[in-house]
Amino acid sequence: MLAFLLTLGALLGVVIVLAYAERKVAAFMQDRMGPTEAGPQGSLQAVADVLKLLQKEDIIPAAADKKLFKLAPILIFAAVFAGFAVIPFAPALVPAGIGIGVFYLLAVVSLDVVGLLMAGWGSNNKYAMLGAMRSVAQIVSYEIPAGLAILSAVMICQSLDFQEISYQQGALMNQFPGMEYDMNWLFGIRELGINTTTIGGITTWNIFRAPILLVSFIIYFIASLAESNRAPFDIPEAESELVAGFHVEYSGFRFAVLFLAEYSMMVLVCLVAVILFLGSWNTPLPNIGPVSLAYWTSGTVGELSSILWGIFWLLSKTFVLLFLQLQLRWTYPRLRVDQLMHLCWKVLTPVALVVVLLAGIWRMLMI
Amino acid sequence: MRNNTTGFWYVVKSLLSGLRLTWSHFRKANKRRTPEYVSDANYFKQDDGLVTLKYPYEAIPVPDNGRYRLHNEIDDCIVCDLCAKICPVNCITIDSVKATEDIGTTSDGTKKRLYAPTFDIDMAKCCYCGLCTTVCPTDCLTMTPVYDFSEVDIKNMVYHFTDLSPEQAEEKKQLFAKQQEEMAAAKAAALAARKKG
Ligand code: SF4
Ligand code: SF4
Repeated sequence: MLAFLLTLGALLGVVIVLAYAERKVAAFMQDRMGPTEAGPQGSLQAVADVLKLLQKEDIIPAAADKKLFKLAPILIFAAVFAGFAVIPFAPALVPAGIGIGVFYLLAVVSLDVVGLLMAGWGSNNKYAMLGAMRSVAQIVSYEIPAGLAILSAVMICQSLDFQEISYQQGALMNQFPGMEYDMNWLFGIRELGINTTTIGGITTWNIFRAPILLVSFIIYFIASLAESNRAPFDIPEAESELVAGFHVEYSGFRFAVLFLAEYSMMVLVCLVAVILFLGSWNTPLPNIGPVSLAYWTSGTVGELSSILWGIFWLLSKTFVLLFLQLQLRWTYPRLRVDQLMHLCWKVLTPVALVVVLLAGIWRMLMI
Repeated sequence: MRNNTTGFWYVVKSLLSGLRLTWSHFRKANKRRTPEYVSDANYFKQDDGLVTLKYPYEAIPVPDNGRYRLHNEIDDCIVCDLCAKICPVNCITIDSVKATEDIGTTSDGTKKRLYAPTFDIDMAKCCYCGLCTTVCPTDCLTMTPVYDFSEVDIKNMVYHFTDLSPEQAEEKKQLFAKQQEEMAAAKAAALAARKKG
């Protein structure tokens, strides 16, 4: 229960920051100023928006399927929020450390699609319907390259446990029960004979441990943009064609929940990308000879220092990715539906399949 | 022949150049345009940075002789009614009362003979043609650089320039009526005296 509340609180905080950042970043990239009035530099704008939404009337269209309409936002948010349960925030801090975390996450986040369809169908609105259909088609399609990209990381790590995957990517690896004698080699190739187990830092991140995962990372990142309906894959909510897509009929609190779910999804996919590919909560600084930067910036496992360092590194890497998501949104135009499907089925999926194969071969070099 | 606007590397390059563009704008966001007049040497040289002007807090200066809100310097007005007559939309309302005594001169030396109990300009009707300012013989009706004077109540768009309170205006009217009566009485007396004589 405590973990639930803490995660929810932290998520709300991050989403508020993100919503504000989105507006500011968008403004700066377009030579505008963004919010300036509420609070210093407009920093309370997102809070004010949420307060405004909470006071609004909750309108349910007369012709809507009331049960589906009411339930959908809750289901969407619950599906995304459930994904956070298995995210390790620091060496000894994970809301629910289950052994098949990666599998669970993929499964539970897919539930999102059901909620989207309920919202679109239940609204009894042509735009919502079209938006929901596009959204479902897109998410279901992009789950395949995303899943394959995740699979290649899982094959390299030989684990479905996010916490185990995290430990493998840093100098603290041998402190994880069951991995006391495991070793990391530079680029994952044992033959090179350079042992990076105690060097840690960036050299043990998955994209360095097995450089083939860099390709996986890019595939996953592209697919995750599509899964969270972000530009340039925002055809489900293309404002210029569909008004707002599946949530066009929503107002007030329910709209706030959908909004929250959308931004939570962004945070979640970035967290997963960081954990699987970019060294999770591990520091990027390696130990160099007597200068043990990695140990200094990791803290001691089980103590407060390690939790603080872990959360700091995890969040800073996540925010870098989130910034990239924002920048992509304000840089690239929206794809057409056929281009979207072309990219998914004819480009990303075959490449992801090849990467899975190569990742299997790479794993042979690592042992 | 190979078309050099397709292919993997071309696409990657063009994607990266897009990111570079937004990033360069993002990086220059600490700079801002300054609100300068168009004649300023800097006006056309501020290519980088945010272009937004925080309007009520900052404003680009307006030309000195632009057409904006009217102002009447009532002390210099001789209440000649020329402005009201020329106004194409009839937005100037003037009432005049003849003065009974000497009420001084305007700053350019013209003698003032009339009071203006009403001198109203309805800015909501005004079309800023500027005709009234050109005909004004004493140059007391002028355009000011104020252009932002929207009101919640349209009645507030009527500007009252008179310097007389209603009581004072009433008093002046009565004074004038009394003077007229006295003059009429004097005339009648003179007439009677002539008839007699
Ligand atoms: S500017 Fe033109 S419209 Fe306005 S008060 Fe003067 S004469 Fe009338
Ligand atoms: S023209 Fe000038 S002097 Fe004459 S009434 Fe109008 S403002 Fe007064």
